[in-house]
Amino acid sequence: MLPIIFVLPLLQLIILSNAATFEVKNIKFGYIDNDHTSTSRALIAQFNASAYFNVLTNFPSEAVASAAMLKGEVDVVLEIQQYFERDLQKEKHTSLGVTINAIDGAAAGVENVYVTQIIQRFNKHLKVDLFSPSDKQVQPINIETIPLFWYNETLNYKTFMVPGILVLLVTMITLFLSGMNIVREKEIGTLEQINVTPIKKSQFIIGKLFPFWVIGMGLLTIGLIIAKLIFDVPMLGSLPLMYVYTSIYILVVLGIGLFISNFTDTQQQAMFIAWFFTVIFILMSGLFTPIESMPKWAQILTEFNPIKYFVEVMRMVMLKGSGCMDILPQLLKTLFYAVIMNGLAVWSYKKTT
Amino acid sequence: MNNKVIQVEGLTKMFGDFAAVNAITFEVEKGEIFGFLGANGAGKTTAMKMLIGISIPTAGKANVAGFDVFTQAEEIKKNIGYMSQKFALYDDLTVKENIAFFGGIYGLPRKRIKEKSKALIEELGLEKVANKLVAALPLGWKQKLSFSVSIIHDPKIVFLDEPTGGVDPITRRQFWELIYKASHNGTTVFVTTHYMDEAEYCDRVSIMVDGKIEALDTPKKLKEQFNAANMNDVFLKLARG
Repeated sequence: MLPIIFVLPLLQLIILSNAATFEVKNIKFGYIDNDHTSTSRALIAQFNASAYFNVLTNFPSEAVASAAMLKGEVDVVLEIQQYFERDLQKEKHTSLGVTINAIDGAAAGVENVYVTQIIQRFNKHLKVDLFSPSDKQVQPINIETIPLFWYNETLNYKTFMVPGILVLLVTMITLFLSGMNIVREKEIGTLEQINVTPIKKSQFIIGKLFPFWVIGMGLLTIGLIIAKLIFDVPMLGSLPLMYVYTSIYILVVLGIGLFISNFTDTQQQAMFIAWFFTVIFILMSGLFTPIESMPKWAQILTEFNPIKYFVEVMRMVMLKGSGCMDILPQLLKTLFYAVIMNGLAVWSYKKTT
Repeated sequence: MNNKVIQVEGLTKMFGDFAAVNAITFEVEKGEIFGFLGANGAGKTTAMKMLIGISIPTAGKANVAGFDVFTQAEEIKKNIGYMSQKFALYDDLTVKENIAFFGGIYGLPRKRIKEKSKALIEELGLEKVANKLVAALPLGWKQKLSFSVSIIHDPKIVFLDEPTGGVDPITRRQFWELIYKASHNGTTVFVTTHYMDEAEYCDRVSIMVDGKIEALDTPKKLKEQFNAANMNDVFLKLARG
């Protein structure tokens, strides 16, 4: 059992951190070139040069292109109209048709930005080419923005995801182990034997918590090592602070697990309830989707989500180098949560019926 | 008065409208082997659970080892041993670990646990499997180990719930030898069973039918009272009503 507890989550960490990315890459790009001029070919070459686009097909007509999109063979179709080059040169103005598969709205948005960027860049070069230097009055004025990305300069998605996924794994493993635990003893009958001994409720709960707490801390340690060695995720903040916070956080999760275990009669029931909470906790944690974009009521609910605090702290300490005072609100809330949940766990464990 | 280690008066447990145990009254004396008989569902286990402090009675009075079941359940637990009909040692611990674990829960000092563990393993002839997982033992061995663990803290009373279920006749005989030994050492034995030959081994026997105690006496007197050749006939006459 112990190898399973450690090996599987770490495999998940490695696989998910590589796979669970929101970067939109390898966009399947198709085009309809009705112009067949050097300008139109130059534009298509721009897409070809982009790392984000795989230029796939030259569609002969719009009908063929839409059929391909229906089959999912293409995500973005660029339609270049006839007289594209002529209009540009003579009228200094023309238009392009862009069709994007928007089943995944977020991806479509990103694709649109990429397409627009490429076209703008192309446009800029054209302006330089088309206007002679003497033409000062019509010389376009360009305002260029130079973004600075703080805390994750290269916008490396893994830097963002690895701490989050590590949080998720530590949480799931400890919640499931503790959630199954007391109820398992109910099923095999050893709990009854324990209940006829003079053991104190708090002793029993501490005895149940401690091994899982150690496992949780062990998982964090190995996870952090992997984050550093394999993904080279920075660890800007204090490692001891990370451990202090996690040690309290795991108590919250274990308290929830034991509480579930006390209220269920079979491991199946406990499993279902543990799943119910993990799914809600994970999807409402800000791990995959930003909490700021959730509806107001959901944002209020996330206040009760321990994973939210752990994700925040993990990212703050690892990526921003936040100190003790910066994470104090999260620390205090988690501590409060730990006291409540473990109090409930001790209270709900009944030696008599 | 001092010799009565269990005193029960009008003890009742209701599950909704159903009286699983219906106002039973009896006493058990110190050092006695008290047989607690009844058909399946007669309420034996429910009654026992109230006496060992894991089920709160609906009504009545009960005093076990000098403590009240309503207010002093945790005190009772320090003074009794219990072996359930399900095997309830930890399958994934070894023989020695199980002994050490339960010894520890009962607050025995380390040295005492070591001595006890050694004596117990010798007595049961478990030297070769002492470091093996309990899961690997045959059922009969498990039951004997389970009994020995339940009296590791030298309790005043030991409660045995169908301890010999599914065990072969030779092992059952050995098991009863262990019970006699415990009784000889002054431990009161409260035992439920379905085997009528085992009922004959008891000092006194009570027979429960539908939540009530219908008969209570020595096996000899019960046979006379019901004009039966053996306890089996006594049981059948009572249980059939």
